[in-house]
Amino acid sequence: MPQMTDERVRAGLTHEEDLSLLHEVSMKTAGVSRLEMCIQCGTCGGSCPAAQDMDHTPRMLFAMLRAGMREEVLRSNTQWICVSCYHCVVRCPQEVHIADVMYALKGMSIRAKLYADSTAPDFSQTFIDMVESYGRSFEMGLASRHYLKHFPLRLPGMMPMGLGMIFKGRMALVPKKIEQMDQLKKILDRAKQLEMIS
Amino acid sequence: MKKYLLYPGCSMESSGRAYRDSINAIVEPLDLHFEEIDDWNCCGATEYLGINLIPAYSLIARNLALAAKQTHPVNGTEGTRTVVAPCSACYLNLAKADYYMQERPSLGVKVNEALAAGDLQYTAGTLDVRHLIDILVYDVGLEKIRSAVVRPLHGLKVAPYMGCMLPRPDYQHRWSDHEHPTELDDLLRALGADVIDYPLTTSCCGGHMTQIGPETAFELIRRLVADADERDAQLMATVCPMCQMNVDAYQNEMNRFFGTDYHMPILFFTQLMGLAFGREPKELGIGVELVNSRNALAHIGVEVPVTQEPTAPRKKVEGLPMPRRWTKHEGRKEAVK
Amino acid sequence: MTEKVGVYVCHCGSNIAGTVDVEDVAHWAAEKLGHQGVIIAREYKFMCSSLGQELIEKDIKELGLTRVVVAACSPHLHEKTFRIAAKNAGLNPYLVELASIREQVSWVHSDKVVATAKAKAVVSGAVSRAIQNAPLEELKVPINSNTLVVGGGIAGIQSALEIANAGFHVYLVEREPSIGGHMAQFDKTFPTLDCSACILTPRMVEAGTHPNITLLTWSEVTNVAGYVGNFHVTIKKKARFINEELCTGCGICQEKCPKKVIDDVYEAGLGYRKAVYTPFAQAVPNFPVMDKDNCTYFEKGTCKACEKFCPTGAIDFNQQDELLHIDVGNIVLATGYDLFDARRVSNYGYGRLPNVFTSLEFERLSNAAGPTNGNIVLRDGKTAPKSVGIIHCVGSRDRNFNNYCSVICCMQGLKFAHLVHERTGATVYNFYIDMRTAYKAYDEFYQRVLEEGTLFVRGKVAEVTDAARYSNEKGKLIIQTEDTLAGKQRRIPVDMVILSSGLQPRHDAKEVGKLFGISCSMDGWFTEKHPKLDPVATMTEGIYIVGCAQGPKDIPSSVAQGAAASARVLDKILQKEVALEPIKATVNKEMCSGCRICNGLCPFNAIGFLADDNVSEINPALCQGCGTCVAACPAGAISGTGFSNEQIIAQIDGLLMRNLEPA
Repeated sequence: MPQMTDERVRAGLTHEEDLSLLHEVSMKTAGVSRLEMCIQCGTCGGSCPAAQDMDHTPRMLFAMLRAGMREEVLRSNTQWICVSCYHCVVRCPQEVHIADVMYALKGMSIRAKLYADSTAPDFSQTFIDMVESYGRSFEMGLASRHYLKHFPLRLPGMMPMGLGMIFKGRMALVPKKIEQMDQLKKILDRAKQLEMIS
Repeated sequence: MKKYLLYPGCSMESSGRAYRDSINAIVEPLDLHFEEIDDWNCCGATEYLGINLIPAYSLIARNLALAAKQTHPVNGTEGTRTVVAPCSACYLNLAKADYYMQERPSLGVKVNEALAAGDLQYTAGTLDVRHLIDILVYDVGLEKIRSAVVRPLHGLKVAPYMGCMLPRPDYQHRWSDHEHPTELDDLLRALGADVIDYPLTTSCCGGHMTQIGPETAFELIRRLVADADERDAQLMATVCPMCQMNVDAYQNEMNRFFGTDYHMPILFFTQLMGLAFGREPKELGIGVELVNSRNALAHIGVEVPVTQEPTAPRKKVEGLPMPRRWTKHEGRKEAVK
Repeated sequence: MTEKVGVYVCHCGSNIAGTVDVEDVAHWAAEKLGHQGVIIAREYKFMCSSLGQELIEKDIKELGLTRVVVAACSPHLHEKTFRIAAKNAGLNPYLVELASIREQVSWVHSDKVVATAKAKAVVSGAVSRAIQNAPLEELKVPINSNTLVVGGGIAGIQSALEIANAGFHVYLVEREPSIGGHMAQFDKTFPTLDCSACILTPRMVEAGTHPNITLLTWSEVTNVAGYVGNFHVTIKKKARFINEELCTGCGICQEKCPKKVIDDVYEAGLGYRKAVYTPFAQAVPNFPVMDKDNCTYFEKGTCKACEKFCPTGAIDFNQQDELLHIDVGNIVLATGYDLFDARRVSNYGYGRLPNVFTSLEFERLSNAAGPTNGNIVLRDGKTAPKSVGIIHCVGSRDRNFNNYCSVICCMQGLKFAHLVHERTGATVYNFYIDMRTAYKAYDEFYQRVLEEGTLFVRGKVAEVTDAARYSNEKGKLIIQTEDTLAGKQRRIPVDMVILSSGLQPRHDAKEVGKLFGISCSMDGWFTEKHPKLDPVATMTEGIYIVGCAQGPKDIPSSVAQGAAASARVLDKILQKEVALEPIKATVNKEMCSGCRICNGLCPFNAIGFLADDNVSEINPALCQGCGTCVAACPAGAISGTGFSNEQIIAQIDGLLMRNLEPA
């Protein structure tokens, strides 16, 4: 890996090329990522329904991955804007598992604490906390915790919706818990250990 | 009677309860038997996958392992290896876990190591994971559905909304097309509905972005609703509780965000099936949607009982200012510290 | 008698020597296989070079070698070379054995120790086998100087003309009513923009009138038997319901025919023809054909308008399909390509969105002889587009469809851009992944189209939709893509979309390949004998492939291949006779039980049955030595020369090192 010597900094270089990055992301992707097969055609960036809100199109992000721009990649909001619609996945002429690469990048971004906006990672974490406590998701708990922290100003506008949901029986006020919570906990604890090792 | 293992998914018990009610209403006329997977847990939606790989797949796989225990015939009922998930996100997670545990055997080994901590085990490929509409179109068949119709939905202009996680990525090749699948169109036509050409049928509803990036989500919802409206649809039909929730519950907020005035009700396809089979709106959870379908359903002579809406907060809302525009830079400071 | 064996191990530069310790292999062979008769073992940089060959020749003469084993590349490449060398030195060429230590060892392994050990085993097997080899004599048979060319597109026409001009007879068979192929459908040809018809029709006429060419259109080959020099071919001449002797090609029948049909072939589905028709004005031959499936008379039993008006009484409703049997010495396959079915890319909307056109449709649209007289208009037939998007790589370079590059689509897309610009003045966008304008004067054409102001967007188009998102998109087709050079997603509203669809093998290429005894690649194109050095020959002697049947290519390359194959055919014809490999199967009559299982299995119809003796017999002139019957015979009564049980078992023993010098 080239070092960021003074000479390099003076020359205007902003990052160290970390050529292990591509492989690392591949290994963290569920299934076989095929990231190395990308031909930069832009099918993903063209297909993405949310591209306009992304710092980088997925294609660009993959080019940055190859260039070893670890920090820039993990700071990008692209992986957090991905809505998992799989349009790019089925259209990709090289069958890159794009959506799963995005999931892998989210995880890496959280571990490196490089995400620029905590809304999404916090939401995921809150969601998981609910699941890990009850075995089921709990919309009411999730929504109240999440909105209070991240969207206090959206709350007044959303009141009728929230009340409507409760009123129409579409929002349970108490969580449902699975019976074998201890079993699930054991499984997840072991899984987390395995994740640490790998 | 054909038996299936049912994975209902969390939203069926709350926001998507109308889905569950309407599924219950069509089971009998179509001679189906759904056996719920004992003590199933949340599939993790799209959240867990983005945090930790192995825990995420282990969480999903616990359900597969539990389901695999119920495949054998018991007390005279036939056995089955088919798991039915009515929620597209649940369907995809279950199907994907099953697929990836085979595509990447090392993942399968690790997931099973985790499952072993709870005395469970799952061999990838044991089960067939399928979505409800897949079962209805390909197992039950349109012929049988057509013959159960007593109140054809003639004159009801429906936009068939398949959403994204159902026809894609489709590793098992179950659907007619990734972009413009015809299963929902065909089914709605079998009910007698007037199905419009809806090019956005597999476009995204925004998924969890309503929670974390409303600007992004509102635009996606706007596209769906605006195009359905442009094509004179009276309502949208969906196969997924998340799509229903986003288009229905956030439509009002989206309207305020864009200064638009769309009123596009969205019902589960099973609710429309129930109506066509002659059931009453109330049994099918019709009326619990926030964008009410009353006017749309009047086209087929169905009267939806008026539920008392909470009125007091609405007055206050009218006087409140527009929420500040949410930008993606918000919260950046927080991350730095 | 002890044989004197010489072993020659080739380095093949670093091809073999890079992975196999060739010196070790040679030393080892001399030391460990000496008891089998190996009296000399050498290694050399390039055995196939003249110096390498001389080495072998010298040893044969001076050491009196009776067997030669060359450990080098696959026998497909140089078996002939070393056989000739042996022959020159007075040794029967069939006493030479090749051990493939390149394709089967050095190219497929990376560990030098393991590869060297395997090379030794392969050499050991070859030595053991060589000792069992028997001297064989080649069988010479005369070559029939007639040639069959299958497919009357530009490649087939070129091939037929070259052979015919050299003074030999050609049967040119075409499945459609006229020769001309895809080229006859085009308007202009890149990069020079010659009018396609203007340069093609003189060739068509020449082929149609050439005294040495028998033109069989509306005909298909149904059976092929025999071997190089002596093929027996059956051709089905489909009933035209037109008496070719009487027909003058005046066209009155077409004019009077009341039945209009969409023309899916010549007009690419964009225009109509009658039930009795010649596909286009310059068709060769210009006799029409009757489309039986759509003719009112055949459907309902009445009409016969054509018959009533035909001035020469040439309509013949009773005509039957005819089977022709011809004998030819060589066969050229020029069966062409099918256009990729763009409906499969459902995100591009072809078949759903009216103003999305395929490349072939656009060719007809822009062709002065086409359904719109060359007016480039939308599917309503009248509105000229103000903006047009041309999408490259449709169905090509895409693992969801065809993996390969279809070669012509970039230039085709540029040609379309030029034509749209010239004829309509519309704004033209080209959407490409990589612009591939290799070959003479192609990039210059790209420059020209750039100069004309065509807008280029680098990005594989994600979708074409009619779902307008903004008011400027209403009523338009929106092309959504990432402009990968600008790094932004763009939505470009246009009136017309042209899909530069790729080429793919004919839908029946597999069956046709089977018919002629040749194979198809993974992608379905016919496989050439060698991708670089023998691109028009196939593994079956006497069968050649030209044009797009072999793989996607443009007109110049198709023409070049057509001519190249003809040179190969003429070479064969001028040799007057062909030496058949003496690798033949023979039946041991004592052991044959007369079950006749082999009779039906022989792909060359070489096995007859002698009813009196109740045994099967193999005709050595027809037998190709494929070994099918040898493997199939339940009594083990058939053996193949060159592949006897003794030879094969000896080779296996050798491979397993069972015959090494006892330690």
